[in-house]
Amino acid sequence: MKHLDEYRDAETAHRLAAAIHSEAANSGRRYRLMEFCGGHTHAIFRYGIEDLLPANIEMVHGPGCPVCVLPTGRLDMAIRLAQRDGVILASYADMLRVPGSKGQSLMKARAGGADIRMVYSTLDAVKLAEANPQREVIFFAIGFETTTPPTALAIETAAKKGLTNFSVFCNHVLTPSAIAAILEAPAVRELSTVEIDGFLGPAHVSVVIGSQPYEFFAEEYRKPVAISGFEPIDILQSILMLVRQLNEGRAEVENQYIRAVTRDGNVRAKQAVSRVFELRRDFEWRGLGHIPYSALRLKDEFATFDAERRFDEPYIPTEGIKACECPAILRGAKKPTDCRLFGRACTPETPLGSCMVSSEGACAAYYTYGRMREAAQ
Amino acid sequence: MCHALPVKIIALTGPDAAKVSLGGIVKEISVALIDDPKVGDYVVLHVGYALAKIDEAEAERTLALLAAEGGEALPEFAAAEAPP
Repeated sequence: MKHLDEYRDAETAHRLAAAIHSEAANSGRRYRLMEFCGGHTHAIFRYGIEDLLPANIEMVHGPGCPVCVLPTGRLDMAIRLAQRDGVILASYADMLRVPGSKGQSLMKARAGGADIRMVYSTLDAVKLAEANPQREVIFFAIGFETTTPPTALAIETAAKKGLTNFSVFCNHVLTPSAIAAILEAPAVRELSTVEIDGFLGPAHVSVVIGSQPYEFFAEEYRKPVAISGFEPIDILQSILMLVRQLNEGRAEVENQYIRAVTRDGNVRAKQAVSRVFELRRDFEWRGLGHIPYSALRLKDEFATFDAERRFDEPYIPTEGIKACECPAILRGAKKPTDCRLFGRACTPETPLGSCMVSSEGACAAYYTYGRMREAAQ
Repeated sequence: MCHALPVKIIALTGPDAAKVSLGGIVKEISVALIDDPKVGDYVVLHVGYALAKIDEAEAERTLALLAAEGGEALPEFAAAEAPP
């Protein structure tokens, strides 16, 4: 398939790996590169990219998995919303198995009688509201900047159609805020083991926001960034770009994914988001804690479409499972194999932490593709 | 969550709607988020929306860069070619 196969070519991968080896292997330094996005984490494991890299390049897995960073208290809210009389909760499939508090999940709530539907697109949620005028349809909106414009358009579409039974439970979060939190987190500053030398920038978040927002990190923190596509060749080429920047002492924003990312991103999509959403004063992230202005909420003019206000549903913070290392894993401070639940009590079949549920979570990626890796070496 | 696939527009079916194909799988999507969608364009598809057009010239440039990237495959990898 065009625009896919050429970025999965084995021969190209081997040539890039050889180039990375010749630039990095004898430089006498280490390269700790954080792939921010869970999609990259997944691809790195699926294609065995770490096995192509020299030992002094370490990939650190970042928090760019919206399912993983959603705190338990927000999932509990979704469950409570779904359990209200007359409500249909429409959700992306990723959310259904995420553990809430007290062993609950949307899947279990559904088994208990709540009407929870999986949707592929926000437009499907709007259609559900049209088809069920006597019911309240709540769309469980979650995701980084990639997923936000579709939610904005759904709200505008519902408003245009005069739908009074459609609302959105908004959990959209912002990538630059999370990167800033990682660079400024005390754990990151104090523990030399999680020092990060450069970032692999997200692909599709950047399609929307462009490469410009990362320039701050390159300038202010002297960390090189390479925005990377999601295919294995994209990732290898981006790693090579970062290695070259670090070898040459540069800290710039480079764009490997030029076929879809521009400096300004998708202006039309950004405009849709700014028409509907505004910054939330505070949002709690699993692993990163409270980050000011790191998430979005609906503007007052769309308040009737805001499920939190419409149903007056409060956020009740809760602690996750104590032994679960998701928080440290999301900051890049620990690896999944450092968690004593990993692969024992916690597997993709019986996930205890969010990093094991989402296929983009670091734990799920390790478990699916990498758990025998150390034994094999 | 942020996964997206390159798909080809094969028909414009209404205001902001298009039919796309990915290796023969056909689906109706929204093109409300992109400017001037045309039949034959490749777009990045995410949760039912085209997020961007794929820039063919930039894709060519990427492939040219990749082709120019020197280095012989390392011996340990050269031996381990994937089966056809």
